[in-house]
Amino acid sequence: MSDTGVIHDIGYQRYEGVRLGRGASFLALYIHGLRAAFGFGRSAKAKIFPWLVAGIMLLVAVILAAVRSQLDQVIFTYVEYDDQMSWLVIFFVAILAPELLSRDIRSGTLPLYFSRPLRAADYVGAKFAAMVTAVWLLLGVPQLIMFLGAAFTTKTGASGVWNEFLDLAPGWGYSLLWALLFSSIGLLVASLTGKRAFAAGGIVAVFLITTPVVGVLSILTSTTANHLAGLASPMTLIAGVGNWISGGDSEMSMPIGRFGPVYAIEAVCLIAACLLLLLARYRKVAAL
Amino acid sequence: MTIIATQALTKTYGGGVTALADLTVAVDAGVIGLVGANGAGKSTFIKIMLGLIAPSSGSVRVFDLDPVVQTDQVRARVGYMPENDCLPQDVSASEFVTHLGRMSGLPRTAARERASEALRHVGLYEERYRQIGGYSTGMKQRVKLAQALVHDPDLLLLDEPTNGLDPAGRDAMLALVHRIGTEFGISVVVCSHLLGEVERICDSLIAIEGGRLLRADRISSMTEAFEVLAVEVSDGTDELAAALTQAGMTVTRDGRLLLVPMDSDATYDRILRAVTDLDLSLHRLDQRRHRVAELFTAKETVDV
Repeated sequence: MSDTGVIHDIGYQRYEGVRLGRGASFLALYIHGLRAAFGFGRSAKAKIFPWLVAGIMLLVAVILAAVRSQLDQVIFTYVEYDDQMSWLVIFFVAILAPELLSRDIRSGTLPLYFSRPLRAADYVGAKFAAMVTAVWLLLGVPQLIMFLGAAFTTKTGASGVWNEFLDLAPGWGYSLLWALLFSSIGLLVASLTGKRAFAAGGIVAVFLITTPVVGVLSILTSTTANHLAGLASPMTLIAGVGNWISGGDSEMSMPIGRFGPVYAIEAVCLIAACLLLLLARYRKVAAL
Repeated sequence: MTIIATQALTKTYGGGVTALADLTVAVDAGVIGLVGANGAGKSTFIKIMLGLIAPSSGSVRVFDLDPVVQTDQVRARVGYMPENDCLPQDVSASEFVTHLGRMSGLPRTAARERASEALRHVGLYEERYRQIGGYSTGMKQRVKLAQALVHDPDLLLLDEPTNGLDPAGRDAMLALVHRIGTEFGISVVVCSHLLGEVERICDSLIAIEGGRLLRADRISSMTEAFEVLAVEVSDGTDELAAALTQAGMTVTRDGRLLLVPMDSDATYDRILRAVTDLDLSLHRLDQRRHRVAELFTAKETVDV
């Protein structure tokens, strides 16, 4: 009798290969998070929202690039583009942060992570890095498209491209600032609940509630109050920092007077505080 | 080979709750049952072995490593299956176990291979490409076991692996655990509050109550002296008892039953002979192993 077609149970095989350290786990978790941000490796349903947002942002960038190249008009600068797209970014953050954190809380997966060499700091770090990258890509890629549109139609050759790039670089930096601040706030809110809808609502609420405060402060009679009004909301806070760094009080941007450094300090402190709180929260979770 | 050794292990949570008190055990490789009522300290013991919480005092060594200091080395050699539901609904078992394999430090391709291997060993084949949300409880328990196996640990810590399973599912899970312990060469600690369940598959048992060690020993040494035969006859129980005592056996009465310690297979014949001599009608003659549970209750009453 022939043995073909017979499936042999080869039994249990011990694993003799390499075992990588915590660094590799961190990297794997980072890539896992980044893929999840855009719905890769998830169901089709999970892809709809991130790609809808990304699609709109790319479309706007393409239009801006087209207008720039055909009519030679600058509608938004790179920095203004970020400000204009703020609400889309907030919705993206409101969906993504719960996807990264609340999901693991809801399904109770955390004990599985923390019974492996991974530590709380690795987990928080990888998730934060993934989210910052995702938000930065969401803003940075459209900015790159705008840059390409401008660079290919420049009339001054290489120096024109270089000048354009010098505009793009701070734009990218500004996007990174957005990504850092929004990710830290979003993740902190998302880490508090296992219910994704609550987390998303909470994140949007943080931004919604703080916006009117800025509005009220900015119509007070005191100029100092007006200049400090932006501190009350994350969105205007970033706008203020951007304003201070770019050094100009243009008509579109936030009036911050001479309080630029205050804005920068608050932004740094806010990011650091959110991350520390996240870490403290996961220290506790990791100990179960 | 001793794989787990504790020395006066004590864990007191904030607020004065003592989860483990002065626990000293040394456990050999094999399938180990960790038995105790809910809240006896089983989960705390597991968490200490994983380095998730530090003991308040005393020491614990797993593979002669200290989980508090050498956490990474210990966790690389240990697989943990928690008691509660811990699976996301919207990914396939294959993807999920692969991901956790990578979290354990396996390279990408190795993680994928080991994940399908582990899932195959727990009995999930084509189903592993479906989303976990649609699995039955039994399948979910198998996925939980597979994720603990994926990185080829030397020790598995299973917290209530039969939780929520029907009798057939329980048997299948216990058979699987037994197979892992015997054929795969992986030591297993099985936590359960059902003694009758784990005693069937374990080499040794640790019983704890209220954080204290009740008894830790090999199953064989616990049960060998306790093989008994139960005899039931329609009437004439007293005559039979007298006849058996006369034949030099120690007979205990348990309601309508007579319990006779079994020294050898000859005991059967001697009882049968006694029954036929007295011309009684025999209802039942069966061998019963004393449940380990009875040993513990007996020990307890002695202590008190």
